[in-house]
Amino acid sequence: MTKDIIMAGFGGQGILMIGNLLALTAMEEGKNVTYLPSYGVEMRGGTANCTVIISDEEIGSPVVWRPGSLVIMNGPSLERFLPNLQPGGELVINSSLVDARKVDRTDVRLFQVAADEIARNKIGSRQMASMIALGAYVALSGVVGLETLIGCLPKVISKKYERFIPLNVNALKEGAALAGIHA
Amino acid sequence: MSAPAAGAAKRVLAKGNEAICHGAIAAGCRFYYGYPITPQNDIPEYMAAHMAEHGGAFLQAESEVATINMILGTSSTGNRVMTSSSGPGISLMQEGLSFMVGSQLPAVIVNISRSGPGLGGIAPSQGDYFQATKVAGHGDAHLICLAPHSVQEMYSLTMLAFDLADKYRNPAMILGDAIIGQMKEPYDPVPYVPAVPDKPWALTGARGRAARHIKSMFLKDGEIEVHNWKLRDKFRKIREEEVRFEPYMLDGAKIGIVAFGTAARVAKTSIQSARKEGIEVGMLRPITLFPFPEEQVRDMASGVQKVLVVEMNTGQMVEDVRRSTPHHERIHFFGKPCAVPTPDEILEQIRLLAGRKG
Repeated sequence: MTKDIIMAGFGGQGILMIGNLLALTAMEEGKNVTYLPSYGVEMRGGTANCTVIISDEEIGSPVVWRPGSLVIMNGPSLERFLPNLQPGGELVINSSLVDARKVDRTDVRLFQVAADEIARNKIGSRQMASMIALGAYVALSGVVGLETLIGCLPKVISKKYERFIPLNVNALKEGAALAGIHA
Repeated sequence: MSAPAAGAAKRVLAKGNEAICHGAIAAGCRFYYGYPITPQNDIPEYMAAHMAEHGGAFLQAESEVATINMILGTSSTGNRVMTSSSGPGISLMQEGLSFMVGSQLPAVIVNISRSGPGLGGIAPSQGDYFQATKVAGHGDAHLICLAPHSVQEMYSLTMLAFDLADKYRNPAMILGDAIIGQMKEPYDPVPYVPAVPDKPWALTGARGRAARHIKSMFLKDGEIEVHNWKLRDKFRKIREEEVRFEPYMLDGAKIGIVAFGTAARVAKTSIQSARKEGIEVGMLRPITLFPFPEEQVRDMASGVQKVLVVEMNTGQMVEDVRRSTPHHERIHFFGKPCAVPTPDEILEQIRLLAGRKG
């Protein structure tokens, strides 16, 4: 099985962080994985995206043009990536910032999560929005296990910020619960 | 991310550029000099942060011209030394590289290439193939050139580059691009198997022994000619003994792709798709670009009906493929300068060659 995911949003939303976490988790589970950060002339406040491919087989191209899954954290990213999502693909949108009415395709599996609102009101930090979205995506797709994902958090969060690990755990669990898995 | 402990069995998730650093340090490189340029800045960043803890030295030079001359100097003391840059910076190093080939000095030079000519752009490119494989500045000079296509190879080929450089007393280049440098992938941190030869030529202080001379200038009658033949013999030996390549799904193939680095990586996806459609296609992936796997390309080309060369440039390695086989009519080229071809684009070329409609 091969899963390819593009995650996209504003710079600063933690897109590269959740991509890294997912890649590391896949490696921990013994899978082949590639992670490719968006590459180009980017700036703070601009867009950020990354591509993660998880497979039981050797991975060829690390670049994906027609992804099987999308995790979309802001409006501009929806416009850019939705047209190329494969039919039947999973689409997680942050409905706090992405207008669900702009999803003009009926052949994809849409899941809306008001990640910014939940992050602020329930988790207590708006910065946790991307972790909520990742939790939801992992629960929906089953691409990696939620427990492994949580176990890998300390490996992507530096010592300096380790006091925030419990917040991240809560965010991942909240996202997963919204998508139907209760941990 | 810190370098893995020696002998660690667990896979490590790292950027290609970081894996180069891990490989270099594991292979005993303790001196790194460089000057910033995208898309290889992860390398000096890593070396600046970690060289000291290994007892080594990191130095940001004032330019690439200064860098390569520092590399020459450190190499002449017998120490393993590395630099990295990208297209324009590598161009500035050409004079020093020629001096190093002439002086028979080993070092590892990493080119995480970008688009050219000139300042070009920072998009991934394989436009530096000719520069990396045909010349080392002026004179009859070559670099050994290795082309990784995975993070694993960024690690292990860097080790190999140090060994080959020392073995032949010649600079060795790792030729990558923005994709292979920036992507993360797990790799197995295989421990380095020491292969550092004695260096009876190294400048270590002449107390108690005869002085040694390292130079690239030979002015006595006939001396430079003799020197050139000696270097030719060395390059011939490299061509005979150091070719490395990966045959990929070539059994029974009627179409044979030749591609290296990122282009080869994408081609693997296209080959898998084409095989599912019943098209018999495989690939010969050169791992060493100098020496080029001439015999292997010749044998492959004589066994297939069509050869498809895929490069992220307008056609450079295809010339080496042409000179390796008499079957020129079988050779087709698909180039994508300064961009990564999509698996669909390469698949489309395969279908056309197989006589299938897209």
